[in-house]
Amino acid sequence: MTIQEKQQDIIDEFSVFDDWMDKYSYIIELGAEMPALDSKYQTEDNLIKGCQSKVWFHADYIDGKIVFEADSDAIITKGIAAILVRVFSNETPKDIIDADLDFIDVLGLKQHLSPTRSNGLLSMLKQVKIYALAFSNK
Amino acid sequence: MIDIEKIRKDFPILNEKVYGKSLVYLDNGATTQKPQQVIDAICECYAHYNSNIHRGVHFLSNKATDIHEKSRETIREFINADSSEELIFTAGTTESINLLAYSWGDFCVEEGDEILVSEMEHHSNLVPWQLLCERKGAKFKYIPFDDNGVLSSDFDSLINEKTKLVCVNHVSNALGTINPIKDIIEKAHAKGVKVLVDAAQSIQHIKVDVKDLDCDFLVFSGHKIYGPTGTGILYGKKDLLNAMSPWQSGGEMIETVSLDKTTFNVLPFKFEAGTPNYVGNIALGRAIEYVNEIGIDNIEKYEADLLKYAHEKLSSIPSLKIYGNAENKASLISFLIEGTHPYDIGTLLDRMGIAVRTGTHCAETVMQHFDIPGTIRASFAIYNTKKDIDDLYEGLLKITKMLGL
Ligand SMILES: Cc1ncc(COP(=O)(O)O)c(C=O)c1O
Repeated sequence: MTIQEKQQDIIDEFSVFDDWMDKYSYIIELGAEMPALDSKYQTEDNLIKGCQSKVWFHADYIDGKIVFEADSDAIITKGIAAILVRVFSNETPKDIIDADLDFIDVLGLKQHLSPTRSNGLLSMLKQVKIYALAFSNK
Repeated sequence: MIDIEKIRKDFPILNEKVYGKSLVYLDNGATTQKPQQVIDAICECYAHYNSNIHRGVHFLSNKATDIHEKSRETIREFINADSSEELIFTAGTTESINLLAYSWGDFCVEEGDEILVSEMEHHSNLVPWQLLCERKGAKFKYIPFDDNGVLSSDFDSLINEKTKLVCVNHVSNALGTINPIKDIIEKAHAKGVKVLVDAAQSIQHIKVDVKDLDCDFLVFSGHKIYGPTGTGILYGKKDLLNAMSPWQSGGEMIETVSLDKTTFNVLPFKFEAGTPNYVGNIALGRAIEYVNEIGIDNIEKYEADLLKYAHEKLSSIPSLKIYGNAENKASLISFLIEGTHPYDIGTLLDRMGIAVRTGTHCAETVMQHFDIPGTIRASFAIYNTKKDIDDLYEGLLKITKMLGL
């Protein structure tokens, strides 16, 4: 599946919710389902700045593709991280760099999350792109 | 008795909808909303008599100056200071404290001296003193608090002949504790030590009487007592303020300037460099009048009842833990819900139209004490009702369900 297809999948999943509570319950569910990040990767280096809660993103480069893992001490943040991991993991640096991020708007995440939260989301996206740039030079 | 319906009508913002829901504003510790009377005072100044104060010979300037100084007088009376010369207009609590840390601190503190700060201070009443100690090679010490959020009662054992100042808040913005500042001041004075009271979280909730307290300095922000942002007060005893040199300079705070020497204006102008925020200061006076119209004693009673109700309601949620269980509390409840991050709770409450604050509340030492990432803080003001607390309570029940607790 391409990044675009994965994004569309998630948009479809979210489109069935017309109530914000259902949408958040789903995000919480996604967070709860994502396996915990190995504590050895919960390092200062992997910590993303700009979130009120702690969020870690760890990236491995395997056979030309980036594999992301993430975690957070806040469950909603973890759910959002889970969405990003699902979209961007197992993709090449180039595809990640080129990826369109409009799906965030479509999901209504940016609009519906509080300002600090959406900063957190933007910081996460930025980190994903930074990893992609770093690995693209390898 | 207060007429809550009438009071609520004074605050236009309470009619706002967020996400299509009626706003429940429980973030008053961060800033209070403004009554129409204060908003009108700002508009009236700009529309009818705006003019720079203390300088013009013309009608408008005199009028603006008179009203500005009347505002200072209103605030003086409110805190029961001896003289309006003892009230310096500042941009807020933080600026008041920085002014002190530079002006009084640089003048009075020497290498080897000690500054005693409580463990439950807002960063604004902690960092300026830490920095002063670094500049001067002085020692920074703190008064610890216990797990109920009560300051150690034998704090005076921390005072010695090197101690120059005790800095403590009247009400903690993170725990809600009302500190026994009168007792603290008495004990500090017995050892010849000055005391600064941070009244940022008390001035709007309980009676503050500088004469009764006998504090040496007292500071607060206008925006937390229904006044405009960018306003605040530094109260200081006259002889102390007179002995201090100015912090910032320029403008009306100067008496004469020549290329050889500058002499400074008298109190309080000596500390008010540049064009002051006179529109804001005037509106702050109006905010204090507003509080007077309701009566601070009535406010205190009403809010105490509200806080008691909130404590009862929230404690009935099994997974909820309240931080700050002092006997004497004012205006706010800090809490966590077991197994959740405060941020999750804040985000979900927000979607229900309930505004609370989450995080460390600029009081990281408090969070470190309990080893927690932060708390959720519901803080009250005169326009809040039991219904607001019921909404918070219902919201929290819904959230615990959503989170599968
Ligand atoms: C106890 C206390 N001190 C100081 C401050 C700082 O006030 P300001 O940001 O208005 O300068 C606050 C405000 O959050 C406070 O609660």
